Amino acid sequence: MKNKAIISLLALFAVSLAACGGHEAVKPSGAAAGQGAGQGAEASGAGQAGGAQGSALAGQQQQAPAVVLHTVHFAFDSSHIDSTNRAIVEANAAYMNANPQVTVTLQGNTDERGTREYNLALGERRAQSVKRMMRVLGVASDRMKTISFGAERPVALGHNRAAWRLNRRVDFVYSNNN
Amino acid sequence: MQHSIFKAGGRWRWRAILVGLCLAAFAQSAGAVLTIEITKGLENALPIAIVPFSWSGPGALPQDVSGIIKADLVSSGRFDALPVKDFLSMPHADKDVVFKDWRLIKAEALVIGSVRALPPGRYQVQFRLYDVFTQKQLAGYRYVVSAGQLRTVAHQISDIIYQKLTGVPGAFDTRIAYITRSGGVRHPVFRLQVADSDGYDPRTILRSPQPLLTPRWSPDGTRLAYVSFEHGHAVVYIQNVDTGQRWKVADFRGINSAPAWSPHGRRLALSLSMSGHPEIYVMNLSDGALKQLTHDSAINTEPSWSPDGRYIAFTSDRSGSPQIFRMTADGEDVTRLTFQGNYNAAPSYSPNGRMITLITEQQGGFHAAILHLRDSDLQILTNTSLDESPTFAPNGQMVLYATIVHGRGVLATVSVDGNVRQLIKTNEGDVREPAWSPFEHQLQAN
Repeated sequence: MKNKAIISLLALFAVSLAACGGHEAVKPSGAAAGQGAGQGAEASGAGQAGGAQGSALAGQQQQAPAVVLHTVHFAFDSSHIDSTNRAIVEANAAYMNANPQVTVTLQGNTDERGTREYNLALGERRAQSVKRMMRVLGVASDRMKTISFGAERPVALGHNRAAWRLNRRVDFVYSNNN
Repeated sequence: MQHSIFKAGGRWRWRAILVGLCLAAFAQSAGAVLTIEITKGLENALPIAIVPFSWSGPGALPQDVSGIIKADLVSSGRFDALPVKDFLSMPHADKDVVFKDWRLIKAEALVIGSVRALPPGRYQVQFRLYDVFTQKQLAGYRYVVSAGQLRTVAHQISDIIYQKLTGVPGAFDTRIAYITRSGGVRHPVFRLQVADSDGYDPRTILRSPQPLLTPRWSPDGTRLAYVSFEHGHAVVYIQNVDTGQRWKVADFRGINSAPAWSPHGRRLALSLSMSGHPEIYVMNLSDGALKQLTHDSAINTEPSWSPDGRYIAFTSDRSGSPQIFRMTADGEDVTRLTFQGNYNAAPSYSPNGRMITLITEQQGGFHAAILHLRDSDLQILTNTSLDESPTFAPNGQMVLYATIVHGRGVLATVSVDGNVRQLIKTNEGDVREPAWSPFEHQLQAN
């Protein structure tokens, strides 16, 4: 009887732990009453949002080895990989072929020009363009994920050609599955 | 009491304002204060005399009702509020109006009014609008409201004055939603905010370390659809603006983005890339059923419904560069609408369905523009070069868009004839992705 009670308490505890887990630092709230609640999100009433939150993108990602450049750049409104950038893709494909435990997320990005939604689509097309070339170079599709941040995650915040050139890119973000 | 009947919209709005007041200190510190400046007004703005309303009650009037009306009308760029020091009389009641006094200072319209405290905690607001030349009253209403509704009454009076004098409904009693971004490259903070259309009382309804974009009001003004990257990729949510309750609407493989409400609010057009590239789909919001409308391996995104619900305009680069296309709401009869330049995107219909505002590229600059559907004329509205996210005001008179001025993200409005311009700035970080709410419910007047 007593054991059963303890087990169900433990179960309850586990359930409540699970309920707490997985919440990210996103805070929805009502403009009127602070009864916001949400999936994987932090709720609060209007203006009650709390302290600063870190980036949720961290995780088990790790950088590619220093000898390999892990960013490919593009021309405006283009997903074409030129010969300079092709060499970078080839180096990354060689790295993956030599390290079968490694998987990669190809993160597509654009510069700020044009519209945000179109750029989201363009970023995806760039990531897919890199993935296609990697596949031709012998990397299995199931080791590569694509994602687009569009114009939303610039590495350079300026509103000029230099910043735009840096931001039109696909980043190789590696994970080691060992 | 019979004058104090509010419709549902008024009731929740009242609560919203109450909470807003309680938390005003935070809202200020959230880096969210908006200021509006007119950068270009009409040269022949209509001279209007707004007599400061009389106040009878204990203490100070909670809101400067006539001051808000004056600020609204001036901010439209269509009115020239004459200086109070030039007034020859200060009437508050009909019997005290001497039209000669107003002709002498060249006022063409005159607004008078009063605010009176009615216990417990109610206020009676009266106003009258006159045409000085014809000596006729054009409008006159009385409201009984709570303190929290005084700003709403002021905006609704502005709307009535605007309509009587310009022939077009005002859009002062509306709200705007927008995204702010603060922090640096490494630790950005994104906020989805809602403020009154004059920038008053900004409230954060969602805060995230990951990008937020494309807020879109439901046609009834109660919900916002938007795109959030909180799970590391683009997912579409709908959130009740009042309660904060929200729903994940689309989280398929690939990109989930570009939400657009159907005119009745029962369906949502989306751009989803689960097939490998972005296609336009329509989701039935009651059961989540999806219908794919485009079948083209190019980019298909940024859908916008025509106000009659018959058409959906969208952006596609199927012809090599992004251009605006239109199809029926069933995905039939796809027609290309733009042919000028190499980049036309982000279409959004005008309330009367005769125009589409969009972003067009000309000589390297990205400008908010209007496409006139009758003759396909493309009219560029701005001289800024990094414009995005244009949408019409609910009265169709202005286009609201985001741009960069002095390196900062700001919002801007421009009248459809290009003659009136405003800048809306925040005191910290960047502001972007604006969306103008539909018209609010009217307060009961008599």
